[in-house]
Amino acid sequence: MDFSITEEQSMLADSIARFIDNDYSFDKRMQTAESENAFSAEVWKNCAELGWTAMLFEDADGGFDGGAVEMMLMMEQFGRGLVVEPFLANIVLAGGVLKRAASAEQKARWLSGIVEGSRHAALAFAEPQARYNFANIATTARREGDNWVLDGHKTLVLNGGEADLLVVPARTAGDTTSTDGISLFAIDAATSGVERKAFKTVDAHGAAEISLRNVSVSNDALLGDEGAGYSVLAETIADATLAVCAEAVGIMRTMHDKTVEYAKQRVQFGVPIGSFQALQHRMVDSLMACEQARSMLLRAVMLRDADSADAATAISELKFLIGTSGRKVAQESVQIHGGMGVTWELDIAHYFKRMTAIDILFGDSDFQLDRVAGLN
Amino acid sequence: MHVNLTDDERAFEQEVRAFFRDQYPADIRAKHNAGVPLTRDDYIRWQKVLFKQGWAAINWPVEHGGTGWTPVQKYIFANEIANANAPDMVPFGVKMVAPIIYTFGTEEQKQRFLPDIIESNVWWCQGYSEPGSGSDLASLKTRADRAGDHYVINGTKTWTTLGHFADWIFCLVRTSSDVARRQEGISFILIDMNTPGVSVRPIITIEGEREVNEVHFENVEVPVENLVGEEGKGWTYGKILLQHERTNIAGVARSKYRLNKLREKVSQSVHGGTPLIEDRNFARKLASVAVELTALEFTELRTLAAVAVGKAPGPESSILKIKGTELQQELDTLFVEAAGYYALPYIPEQYVADFAVDERIGFGNETRSSLIYFNNRKASIYGGSNEIQKNIISKHVLGL
Repeated sequence: MDFSITEEQSMLADSIARFIDNDYSFDKRMQTAESENAFSAEVWKNCAELGWTAMLFEDADGGFDGGAVEMMLMMEQFGRGLVVEPFLANIVLAGGVLKRAASAEQKARWLSGIVEGSRHAALAFAEPQARYNFANIATTARREGDNWVLDGHKTLVLNGGEADLLVVPARTAGDTTSTDGISLFAIDAATSGVERKAFKTVDAHGAAEISLRNVSVSNDALLGDEGAGYSVLAETIADATLAVCAEAVGIMRTMHDKTVEYAKQRVQFGVPIGSFQALQHRMVDSLMACEQARSMLLRAVMLRDADSADAATAISELKFLIGTSGRKVAQESVQIHGGMGVTWELDIAHYFKRMTAIDILFGDSDFQLDRVAGLN
Repeated sequence: MHVNLTDDERAFEQEVRAFFRDQYPADIRAKHNAGVPLTRDDYIRWQKVLFKQGWAAINWPVEHGGTGWTPVQKYIFANEIANANAPDMVPFGVKMVAPIIYTFGTEEQKQRFLPDIIESNVWWCQGYSEPGSGSDLASLKTRADRAGDHYVINGTKTWTTLGHFADWIFCLVRTSSDVARRQEGISFILIDMNTPGVSVRPIITIEGEREVNEVHFENVEVPVENLVGEEGKGWTYGKILLQHERTNIAGVARSKYRLNKLREKVSQSVHGGTPLIEDRNFARKLASVAVELTALEFTELRTLAAVAVGKAPGPESSILKIKGTELQQELDTLFVEAAGYYALPYIPEQYVADFAVDERIGFGNETRSSLIYFNNRKASIYGGSNEIQKNIISKHVLGL
């Protein structure tokens, strides 16, 4: 049992923290958020130059062999800085499938650009009828000669508007909800029959609604074995869930700290509002929620890095806790900021929206609790 | 960063497990598992077994008989003692007064008191709260007036847990009213319960049992050498003691044990009925408590890890107290829910040593679930109520 991190890990966290503090101000973030761009190309280039896009890939794939601890440290800082750049979509989701399922040739063609930060990709993991069950896939892929032809509808494809490459799970056998018969395809976003409606989410991340009509791709678009995509998808979604939880822990702590600071500054009735017990106890509740969430995050990260059989459940437990206590911390932070808390001008509102999005991503707290209790 | 135990730690876990399997007296085990309250003699006999093993005072400095264990070893021990459902050391001597004595006491006091504490020769109880001083402890009125080579004690202490078993009591008393802050007039003193003028009266609590008492002092003469540390510093010492107490009362390992028992229980069919775990609402409540408990286990481990690198348990131990007692009480209520109608029969005579468990109305300890629920409402009140804990965190951690 060891909660300490290595010197290299500590340096990684420090370098991102410095970047957030010096080069990623809230104003700068909002310029991107309010622009037509889903993210800042300059910031992404910076992430690549500093090695962050490569961090979570294996040495053989041109990466730095980072594991769950590195991912946690990075995402926590991205949470603190409210970063909109598509690290989750590009690196953890699309990159996560490619690093697990792609052949050496496919990696050279698609993954290396992601590792280097030059290629943008997206994983189309969600469908309208599925809610949070990522095994629920109605999109089909059928063989036609040497090609595969895909038809279906994908929703909330993160980074889907900007991606050059779409990683698409489609059903090649089985019922809509079967975990067998899911195959994974790498598809150039410009392929005929791919229709994208790009938009921004409430928390200013880029995403797209994507329909696939008679999209024909060659056989080398298939990633891994036909029909065996579920486990790759499950591993990737587990990583992504862990990633947004780490981001959430960074956000919760930031919202809590900012709220305590505000309560010390804001004077009403001639005294700082932080002197009121009705508010003090609620801020203590928030602190406890932050600490509990961090404890659960560390546990899930350690189990994940140890390849423990308990890791998947631990991640669901974590996501449940983040969903419930994170919402509480976010709501209390807005409440204690008073009217200012519901203005566009203040960062608190934007942290709040990101927390809301994180609860939904990869299954909300109700969904996760059902998984923990063995009910779904 | 990793969660694994080392080979040495695994071996230690086996050693501790074997000890509880082989050395925990079978008759006490049977009684305790059956929910029968233990007698004074039961406690002492068991504690002497722990002493013989060298495990009576695991947190003490090694020179006084402590174990020198690492935080992980202490964590393993806490899990094993909970999984054996064996009682912890009664805390008042070994966990509460002893740290004050070995930290602030004189050499004579250490030699006089510590061996009898670790060997369970002397039973201690705590004299902090008073009828007029609960959460506002610093308002306490029990007086210790200096008269030559002794103090004369007058006043009343209350909520004295197992005071009717005790030989000695440690008290916060007022030695001076002529101070700038009322906390500065408080001193920490050790009193032999057999001294003339000390009387103990029972308080029957909500579940109908005698666990706590009122202790009255009427012109009780106590030698000045029983004062610990400096006169007027008792509040400071007492606060430190309370921080120790707070880390002890999270009770994570015990709650984990109870959660597992509850899960086993609700997974079984009762008289051919559907197991309660198949009720979606109950299953979700149980899962939710389990998640919070796991998180608290890791919060405690993080605290232990911080202590291991030399940080004292500080105000953040209040977090453990609050969350720990909240979860204990959530489990209490789930046990009552699980018992259903069998939470209602009030038949205390079923819980005496010679009453056969299978003759009881209800299954096993089911009719005790409500009594435990009633009794354990105390958990969020004692040791500084959870609201007081929040005041402490607010002031000392958040700086509000």
